[in-house]
Amino acid sequence: MGSRGIRDRVCIVGMGCIPFGEHWDLSTEDMLLNAATATLTSAGMTLDDIDAYWLGTAASGISGLTLSRALRIGDKPVTRLENMCATGSEALRNASYAVASGAYDVAMAIGVEKLKDSGFSGLTRMSIPSDGTGWIMGDTSPPANFSLLAPAYAKRYGVDADELKDVLTRIAWKNHQNGAKNPLAQFRKAVAKEAICASPLVAGNLGIFDCSGVADGSAAAIVVRAEDAHRFTDKPLYVKGLSFIAGKAAGSMDPDYDFTSFPEVVKSAADAYAQAGVTDPRAEIAMAEVHDCFTPTELVLMEDLGFAERGFGWKEVLAGTFDLDGDLPVNPDGGLKAFGHPIGASGLRMMYECWLQLRGEAPPDRRITTVDQGKKLALTHNLGGQPGECVSFVSVVGSEPSA
Amino acid sequence: MAGIVAYGAYVPYHRLKRSEIAAVLGEGGGKGTRAVASYDEDATSMGVEAARVALRHAPAGPSSGIPVPERILFATANPPYLDKTNAAVIHAALDLPASALAVDAGGAVRSGVGALLSAADARVPALAVLSDVRTGLPGGADERDGGDAAAAFLFGGDTDAPVVAELIAMAATTDEFLDRWRTPGAPASRVWEERFGEHVYGPLADAAFADALKQAGLSPGDVDHLAVAGLAGRAVKRFAAGAGVRAEAVASDLTAAIGNAGTAQAGVLLADVLDRAEPGQTIALVVLADGATVLLFRATAALAGHRSAPTVAAQIAAGHDGLRYAAFLTWRGLLTREPPRRPDPDAPAAPPSHRTERYKYAFVGSRCDDCAAVHLPPVRVCVKCGAVDRMSDVPMADATGTVTTFTVDRLAFTPSPPMVAVVIDFRDGGRFRCQLTDSDHETLAIGDRVEMTFRRMLTANGVHNYFWKARPVREEPTRAEEA
Repeated sequence: MGSRGIRDRVCIVGMGCIPFGEHWDLSTEDMLLNAATATLTSAGMTLDDIDAYWLGTAASGISGLTLSRALRIGDKPVTRLENMCATGSEALRNASYAVASGAYDVAMAIGVEKLKDSGFSGLTRMSIPSDGTGWIMGDTSPPANFSLLAPAYAKRYGVDADELKDVLTRIAWKNHQNGAKNPLAQFRKAVAKEAICASPLVAGNLGIFDCSGVADGSAAAIVVRAEDAHRFTDKPLYVKGLSFIAGKAAGSMDPDYDFTSFPEVVKSAADAYAQAGVTDPRAEIAMAEVHDCFTPTELVLMEDLGFAERGFGWKEVLAGTFDLDGDLPVNPDGGLKAFGHPIGASGLRMMYECWLQLRGEAPPDRRITTVDQGKKLALTHNLGGQPGECVSFVSVVGSEPSA
Repeated sequence: MAGIVAYGAYVPYHRLKRSEIAAVLGEGGGKGTRAVASYDEDATSMGVEAARVALRHAPAGPSSGIPVPERILFATANPPYLDKTNAAVIHAALDLPASALAVDAGGAVRSGVGALLSAADARVPALAVLSDVRTGLPGGADERDGGDAAAAFLFGGDTDAPVVAELIAMAATTDEFLDRWRTPGAPASRVWEERFGEHVYGPLADAAFADALKQAGLSPGDVDHLAVAGLAGRAVKRFAAGAGVRAEAVASDLTAAIGNAGTAQAGVLLADVLDRAEPGQTIALVVLADGATVLLFRATAALAGHRSAPTVAAQIAAGHDGLRYAAFLTWRGLLTREPPRRPDPDAPAAPPSHRTERYKYAFVGSRCDDCAAVHLPPVRVCVKCGAVDRMSDVPMADATGTVTTFTVDRLAFTPSPPMVAVVIDFRDGGRFRCQLTDSDHETLAIGDRVEMTFRRMLTANGVHNYFWKARPVREEPTRAEEA
């Protein structure tokens, strides 16, 4: 028994991502078609070349028909899946395993979410019949749930409230800086730190600018066996590690949980690193796309993913370690913060940035320098749920097979 | 010996200064304050709180000598549900056995004293719960003079439980006349000219009082505490002044601080008297509502050791008078405000609510037999050690804890934004995430002590969602904790 992974057995050979934002004039079907078409074009394929599909959407459709109807796919397997904010990444993970198993030659993972048809500015919750005690999804909003991290972190590591606000502000500022350079991002303007810091409070000490963008969007990837990859592209992305964990949801009833970490992320990162053969993530990884749903989340993730020592993440943030030109750029595409967060699409959107950066295709003003320094690995990370009970996904991909 | 074996009152935290009314409307109002049920309270939830006060320091069961109630009689003129028995919610919240009968005595203000008498007459231990939420149209006397509160009294029936106040006589008169009335669905009561009520109530009260005293072989001068309840203010005042008791025996009607709690007023006044009566003293409770009802009690030696906590006076003192009139109107549904831009909340569903009844209503969690970890909600698989079906019930409603962390949620749906959410660690184990109520989030701090309170979270689709919230611990340490 063990998590063996599928290092270098499959590759991503085509990707597409539509602009994220408030697509008042595009339906879920439109976005799926646009993303799938861009992805097929990227790989030089047609629908007939795809043997099976994995569709990730949290709540914008049910069953494989959501995709097969939109693309008029005939008589092919389409699996619809949902795993909260890791939904898009789960589509990729399952497509990758299907190809690695030999069951299919070519698989497409596609994610989509239509959030702006609800009429509400934040995420809305699913209606599951319940006893009304708030157990299934909680009474509180996502920003409130994640706002619990900030005071706990500050208290544990002796960071004063103003200093912590600076740290969180800098995270939002950095991601908006990056998003400003990204033509696909929802928010393409840099935002002054003063404006971020002074934004109206949503929950706890989190303001509007501490929250990710609510967007519509879709992104997709095509996966083939590694030995077939060069038939489609000179620069495939090798899948090194894929880890997904559903936590046992202990933090809401176990007094030992202190809200300064996501144990699920620590475990899924360790698993993904072991699969990928990564021993020093901070030194080996060229870039990371992480789940910055709210600014304190990104701070804590820097430590949970091993990018910073415990209690020192905040100093690394202030030092610019994770900036576009830092030692380990984090969210160079703008992240959930600036790129927007259509739930089912986000995991694949993150992978799209890895695809661009590791292949040297990111626009010059957004190109990270760590790749030129010889680093060949990139990481994506998703988190769904809330501190204390969440699902976590970590992937490692690379531009070359491991030695 | 028929009598009360346990009692308790509940006065909600919020007070409306009557001057707030004049400040907004430009007229009306007056002096003092009135008690206000919070947006998350109703007659049922306040009744639960009163019953918890009554039973908390005299937990029913063989060890305490306090009998488990076999009947619950719930009286209110403001029932949250019709057709459905509101007393069943109280029954569930108190985690009473299924064999206990729970019934409502709804509609009229007089139902309150009726429930008291029915409980006193019962041969089995019976709990009378009196509760009311009172208001009227903005600017009116009922809005100004009303108050929200509840009280609960456990009578021992034929058991030999120690009685704290023996019922020594009861007398009543009944008459049909238009004093106060309300048709179903009407937003406010209507009253006839008060001087007419004063005229009719006078002889009715005198006759009942005389009858009760005669039964007990007493004269008015023997009454040590006279509490007179009723919504007909002039009649109440006239009777209290003319009853012939010693001037110092007339108990305060508490209306200056909390208003008149209608159905519950007789209970609150009786609880307040029991809080300070001395053994052997005679207590007369006179209720004017569609006639007069007189109950004569004699405090026993057991009272000193079985007083309720917190007392009525302590709860009055703990009130918070910062409530704005606009919030008061909103809470009572008299001012329709723009709702938060969030989806409408879901109504609780019947089957899951019934499956989790002991958790949802009585806040019973589970404790792992193998590793002692406490779980809220109760679960079958231990979150700490993984043991399956090795759980014992653990009642948590009376547990206290501290705030481990908290947040102010300005996005979540709540009838009164913002929502304050806390993570609580209980003193004797267990963690729980819930809403905090009756608090000022500006002064909330990690480490603050909290206790649990039964609330109506919201109403969706005509279904009231009852569950538990945390509230700051305000009272002085109780006798039980000192012991």
